[in-house]
Amino acid sequence: MIVDSYRFLPRSFRPFYEGRGPFPGEADPVWAPFEKRLASAKIALLTSAGFHLKSSQAAFDLERERARPEWGDPSWRAIPSGTKPGKIGVAHLHINDEDLLADPEIALPARLLQQLVEEGVAGAAAENHVAVMGYQDRGLKDWRETTAPQIAAFLRQQGVDGLVLAPA
Amino acid sequence: MMPALAEERRAPRIVGVEFPFGHAFGMPHDTAMQRRVLEVALRLLAGAGSFGTRVDLDLEWPVPLREAYRAWQPKEPSPIVKKLLESTS
Repeated sequence: MIVDSYRFLPRSFRPFYEGRGPFPGEADPVWAPFEKRLASAKIALLTSAGFHLKSSQAAFDLERERARPEWGDPSWRAIPSGTKPGKIGVAHLHINDEDLLADPEIALPARLLQQLVEEGVAGAAAENHVAVMGYQDRGLKDWRETTAPQIAAFLRQQGVDGLVLAPA
Repeated sequence: MMPALAEERRAPRIVGVEFPFGHAFGMPHDTAMQRRVLEVALRLLAGAGSFGTRVDLDLEWPVPLREAYRAWQPKEPSPIVKKLLESTS
């Protein structure tokens, strides 16, 4: 079975995504071998669903996006792995947030990952996972220069061996 | 959700799911579905032997297409969609 990548996308949006190829200068394969056994590896999750901690973190900047529709907030949030679902807020203007608020595991399955760790499938879960907001400006300059290096450093500080990226 | 795009953008390992946007791991509160996606992602992360390995999951979204298509979309158009609509009207 081959997944239809455009099944849920409005037909008029398809040309914005289909056949665009890699970003200029980024056509080479990106590859790092996974050298540990999964059962001894530490795993982190990253969602682009725009999650933040309601009590202690600012939401992604939606007002600025409303004022400048081509811009998307390039910052990121650390989401502690034991965060209760009710503590998570969603700031994302491109998707309906009802299901995300009802069950954040559909975008960031931290509890499920912890369960797999307890069953011995994976070695450990990161103390903190990562959330970003998936609508970004087309050039991704802030991402290349700031966001991605910061996230990579944050994950390395935690001793993470592998990251599951989940687009929203 | 868009594995073809992930391939074009050179993601090293890809799990394809035919789910609506906002639902990378599946239906709310359906732990069996979410677990299936996460386990495949972890196995692929650790076990893929080469760049571009893609595994598509044969999981059908349990909501009629028209309903699911409407349900994932925001209550009001995003700013960029509003702008595009205004520019074509």
